[in-house]
This record gives sequence, structure tokens and C-alpha cells, in this order.
Amino acid sequence: MTALESATAERGAPADTAVVRFDHVTHWYGNVVAVNDISLELGPGVTGLLGPNGAGKSTILHLLSGFLSPSRGSVTIDGVGPWRHPDVFRTVGLVPERDSVYAFLTAREFVTASAKLHKLPDPKAAAERALRLVEMTDAADRQIHTYSKGMRQRAKVAAALVHDPKVLLLDEPFNGMDPRQRMHMMDLLRGLGANGRTILFSSHILEEVEKLADTVQVVVAGRLAASGDYRTIRRLMTNRPHVFLLRSTDDRALAGVLIGRDAVQGVELTKNGLEVHASDHGTFTRELAKVSRAAGIGLREVVPSDESLESVFAYLVGS
Amino acid sequence: MYNSTVAWISFRALFGRKRALLFVIPALVLIVLALALKGAHGTLSDWPALILGRVGVGAVVPLTALLVGTSVLGSEIDDNSVLHLLATPVPRRDVIVSKIAVAALTTTLFAAVPVLAAGLIAQGPHALAFGCFLGAVLGSIVYSCLFVLISAAMRHPVIYALAYVALWEALIGNLVGGAKYLSIEQWSLGVAHTISGNASLNAHLTITPSLVLSIIAVVLMVGYASERLSAFTVRAD
Repeated sequence: MTALESATAERGAPADTAVVRFDHVTHWYGNVVAVNDISLELGPGVTGLLGPNGAGKSTILHLLSGFLSPSRGSVTIDGVGPWRHPDVFRTVGLVPERDSVYAFLTAREFVTASAKLHKLPDPKAAAERALRLVEMTDAADRQIHTYSKGMRQRAKVAAALVHDPKVLLLDEPFNGMDPRQRMHMMDLLRGLGANGRTILFSSHILEEVEKLADTVQVVVAGRLAASGDYRTIRRLMTNRPHVFLLRSTDDRALAGVLIGRDAVQGVELTKNGLEVHASDHGTFTRELAKVSRAAGIGLREVVPSDESLESVFAYLVGS
Repeated sequence: MYNSTVAWISFRALFGRKRALLFVIPALVLIVLALALKGAHGTLSDWPALILGRVGVGAVVPLTALLVGTSVLGSEIDDNSVLHLLATPVPRRDVIVSKIAVAALTTTLFAAVPVLAAGLIAQGPHALAFGCFLGAVLGSIVYSCLFVLISAAMRHPVIYALAYVALWEALIGNLVGGAKYLSIEQWSLGVAHTISGNASLNAHLTITPSLVLSIIAVVLMVGYASERLSAFTVRAD
């Protein structure tokens, strides 16, 4: 069973409540495949779209918001294809990643304009409600170009929330936010998800997704690498083999000691030191210092060589 | 079709950029030229028709329309702020019509009104000044449609807009006989010539074909620009 299959097997079946559907969607930019045969269904709650930079997360969000058309397959929100259907924004709110915003407006003007563009019956009241939600009331009369990046993000979120959308799409929403703003935004999104909204946010930071998302969709190189319950995927990630590069006072002797440990799958002597493949990350890192001290070997350097998110995802795809 | 919120944002964006300072330069050149020629020649000779027709309608109007028309939508597409406008249910045709209205009004203010002012400086209240003003207003509207369409349809709209003005209007329009029917400058001069009766304007059309062709062009350009904006796609990073 692959990582994808095992994760998906534990996922709740959202088919009946699915609001967002991707059915074998592929998208090319010229000769480059940005999204490759992705199928997924999202229902109410918070879903994290996790993947390294350039994995295709923004492309997925742009396909959902109708700013790209699928080269193959179909995308629907509440049964409607968003491409060439601006009416879909009656039920969808979008927070784009790029920092481009009408910086010459104040946040209050920006959010009120958004309310008017949605033809809300009382745009001012809707704008005030949205500004309160993102805690921007006090700074709302300053021009947006005077804001920090985190404040701009919050202004964008307020504009996207002004019509109380059923589906909220956010592209890297926590970029530039300080820890307090991040926590508040997470509470806000969690609350919206609990109230039946379908929230999809992209991130390349594992911890953000861990704290917020009920389910995750892991995207690597345009493909869906894993999908479903976060804890299952996290377990797959932490239980994978880890590679460490060690340098010590006696690499050959250390190799002999380590190969006898259960947590070690293999050891290789290289010209730069010792390459150790550990099957259990936690046990190996706990035992390493103890074992080498007992053997009278001094450790000079311990470097995990595959800790990047890309390598974690590559493992998920390859397993 | 006209959305006042889109227009309000567009006006704020247009005059919130330093590029707005450029809008006054062609008009200033025209006014200074009119004052200088008035001082040198008085009302003698046919210089008023030449500077109102060639410089005013033929250069100040298209250049100002180019600066304004490519700013009003093209700049927002370039920096992707247009996403905030398009992530709403506003029909794309309403966005285009509102953008064109803003561009046409601004061009009228910064190009057609200075043509009227230059005409008044040259000859006082005279049919030539009013004819060229109305021709410039027509040019402001049609050029705005064209440059907003180019912004919606192409990357680097300024290059294509300049190519139209420099190659089609200034070169091909004067060398190829049939090109007058597809020249916004000639449509503007056609209106100015019929109203003023001044033969020195070098107009090749009369008011009726000028207006008919302008209306057809506006309808087609609004339709095609709306279609292109409906198919707006985010560019890959």
C-alpha cells in the first residue's frame, strides 16, 4: 500500500458533503505540467494544501477561482465550473498570495469597495463586520501602503470575507504575519470551518498546517502525494528512514558500533565522514550520543541530510 | 453596464501613480505652441488648423489616450491587483465599460479640453476650435476603447499601443488610401472638418462615415475586450 493509499484509506468520505471537486484535473503552462491528474473532494472544514514551493498549490487555487482553465478534467464549486463564471464569487472568497493590492486606498475603503462590488445591501456594515473579524478596525483608516505585510494580508482577508462566502480560498495566508496575528488568523479560520464554511489554504510550512487543518492535501511536483487525515500523514512522514552525516574522532569505529543498533538500517563510510540511514529518527537521535560516548568516540558533527520538506514529500511520493 | 465602484477605484489608481504627471505634458506642449504661434503670427496664415489638427487631434489626443488607456487596466494586470476586482461577481463587460469611461473622461480632460483651449487662444470662439474639440472628444472615446482592449488582450500593451499610433496612424494612414477608413485620427478630423469647414485640417472623411465607423469600432472593441477579460488567466511565476 502506498503512502497515498494508506492515508486516503483513513480519510472520512466527504462525497456527500463535497463542495469543491477536482476530477482528474491537469493543467499545463506551455510544456510544463503544473498540475497532473489531480482528483480531490473538499467539504466543510479547514483543509491545508501542503507542498514545497513550485509544487502546484497556487495553480490549484487559481483553477478553483476561475483564473485558470483546466487543460484536462473538470473543476466545480457547488456544481458550477468557475472558469468564465464570475458568479461563482457569490459563494467564494479569494485571498491571493501576491502582495499586490490597491495600496492607495485605506483598508476601510478597500473592504467597503469589495462589499459594493458584491452588491451587498449594507456595504458599510458588512465592511465593519469583516474588519472586526480580522482585528483591523483601529488601523482601518490608514492607507494600505503604510501597512506591514501581515496587516496587508489581514486587509485582503477582510475583503475576501466581506460577503460571508461559503468557500474561502487562501494562498499562503500567514506570510508576513507575526505570531500573534498568525494565531488570531488561525482561530478565525478554525471558527469559520467549524461553522460549516469550506476553507482551503495553501502553505509550505508543516507546522502551520498541523495547527490548523482537519485534513491535508499534500502536493508534490503537481501530483497529489497524500490526502486525508493530518495525523496519518504526519506519522508516515516521521516514520520514514532518515539520513544523517556524521564526523567523529574515529568514523570507522563509530560505524562498527552503530551498525549493531536496531534504529540503524545502514552505514556508509565516505570521504566526508559517515552516512547513517536511521529507520527510527527518535531512537537514533536519543542513542547516538550515549553509544559514541560509551565507545570513547568524540562526535564532531551531526547533520540530518534530508530534513527539507521536499525530501519528506519525495519520500511520500516514492513509498 | 457602468459600475461606479470600479470607476472610483480606477480614478484613484490612475491619479495615485506618478505616471499621472505625464498626462499634462502633451497638453502643455500644445498650449505653449499655440501661445508662441499666436505671438509670432497673430491670426494670420493657417497655423491654427495645422496645430489643432496635426498636433492636437493627431498627436496630443492619441498620446494622452495611450498613457491613460494603458494605465487604467494594464497597470492593474501587470501587478495583479486586478485580481481583487475580478474576484467578485461583477460582469467583465461592466469592468471594461467602466474602465473605458474613466479613460475617455480623463483623456477628454487632459487632451480634448486643451485642444479647445488652444483653439480659443488661436482664434477666439470660432467653429475651428469647437469642431476640433468635438473631434478630439470622439478620438478620446475611441482611442480609450482601443487601448483598454489592447491592455486586456496583450502583455506589454504600451508597445502595441505605440505601434498603432506610430505605424498605423502616422505612417500607413497617410500613405495607404484605404487606411483612412480604419484611422481614429481620420474619424476625429472628419468630425472637426465638417463642423468647421476648414480645408486645412487635411481630413479625408466627412462626419457621417466617421461617426458610423466610430460606433461600429466602439461596439466591437467593447465586446472583444470583455471577452478577453472573461478569459483572464493568472500568469505563472
